[in-house]
Amino acid sequence: MAKIIVVTSGKGGVGKTTTSAAFSMGLAMRGYKTVVIDFDIGLRNLDIVMDCERRVVYDFVNVIQGDANLRQALIKDKRCENLFILAASQTKEKEALTLEGVGAVLNELSQDFDFIICDSPAGIEQGAFTAMYYADEAIIVTNPEVSSVRDSDRMLGILQSKSQRAQEGLDSVKENLLITRYDPDRVAKGEMMSIEDVEDILGVKNIGVIPESESVLKASNQGHPVIMDKNSDAGMAYDDMIARFLGETRPLRFIERKGLLKRIFS
Amino acid sequence: MKKLFNFFKNEQEKNPANVAKERLKVIVAHERRQRNQPDYLQDLQRDLMLVIQKYVEIEADNVQVQLDSEGNYSVLELNVTLPN
Ligand SMILES: Nc1ncnc2c1ncn2[C@@H]1O[C@H](COP(=O)(O)OP(=O)(O)O)[C@@H](O)[C@H]1O
Ligand SMILES: [Mg+2]
Repeated sequence: MAKIIVVTSGKGGVGKTTTSAAFSMGLAMRGYKTVVIDFDIGLRNLDIVMDCERRVVYDFVNVIQGDANLRQALIKDKRCENLFILAASQTKEKEALTLEGVGAVLNELSQDFDFIICDSPAGIEQGAFTAMYYADEAIIVTNPEVSSVRDSDRMLGILQSKSQRAQEGLDSVKENLLITRYDPDRVAKGEMMSIEDVEDILGVKNIGVIPESESVLKASNQGHPVIMDKNSDAGMAYDDMIARFLGETRPLRFIERKGLLKRIFS
Repeated sequence: MKKLFNFFKNEQEKNPANVAKERLKVIVAHERRQRNQPDYLQDLQRDLMLVIQKYVEIEADNVQVQLDSEGNYSVLELNVTLPN
């Protein structure tokens, strides 16, 4: 039985797709059979970040509607044999993601995979709702910024009341806070909220902090999840996050302000 | 010395990160209270506010309505803060 993890936030542009790509690639590189699903119907992006946009023949909605089976729709990653991608549909109506349909697909995937990563769209509509509904765990992607934190809190409320686990009175969805686009210099200057500030308000501990980094743009330009850039700060921070997710203890890195000399010479 | 201390303290309190944190605390607390409350409460709150505004000048956040269930009955709690 696979573990289902939703990568969600409420707000758009905070790093969900970047995280879904890095997280799923990182798990697969460690040997876990992993599938990552794009729930952003109409605005698919994951295929670009994963460099498989030209290989999409059938998508998630095709499978739900019975036009294709999973074997036809799953795209095998060219770099890691344990990783598969299920692309979002570019044209179909958002209502195509029915709870029953999504449930059936996740159930079938559960037989073969260790992890199912659901890349949620922004908002709290159908796509985001179905992405979180079946989750066992959630990665709440949050930028240290007012509107992002507020939306994350909203999303936490939805997970706690509307998810299948909540509705059926099971153990609640495990919440993991991932702070992304963190800029230690701006935190030091008092311009940006700190890790503790965000944890305090949300009442959730972080599972990782991803620094604001040029390597993310570079990675997405090339279609490589940033975790493949093993020398980049963001790539290493994602690797730490995955290690913690799997139960390891690792200290936070890249959260200190750059040293004075580094600041002068960078 | 105290003056210097206060100077730093005020600077710290007013920096953008602290302003963000304080605003968020209020927003989040408010929204958490509204969760799991029936949808009509917001309409009720607005109608109550409009009635009270006929007599006293108050703002939206001066009227708080909350429904608490205790056993087999519910209590509707109405909190109105009036200006002096
Ligand atoms: N740690 C980071 N550092 C710099 N840029 C980032 C970082 N994380 C995400 N971004 C950028 O932010 C934008 C939105 O990211 P994306 O993952 O698509 O967000 P979402 O899926 O939440 O809408 C992209 O341009 C991405 O390259
Ligand atoms: Mg996205």
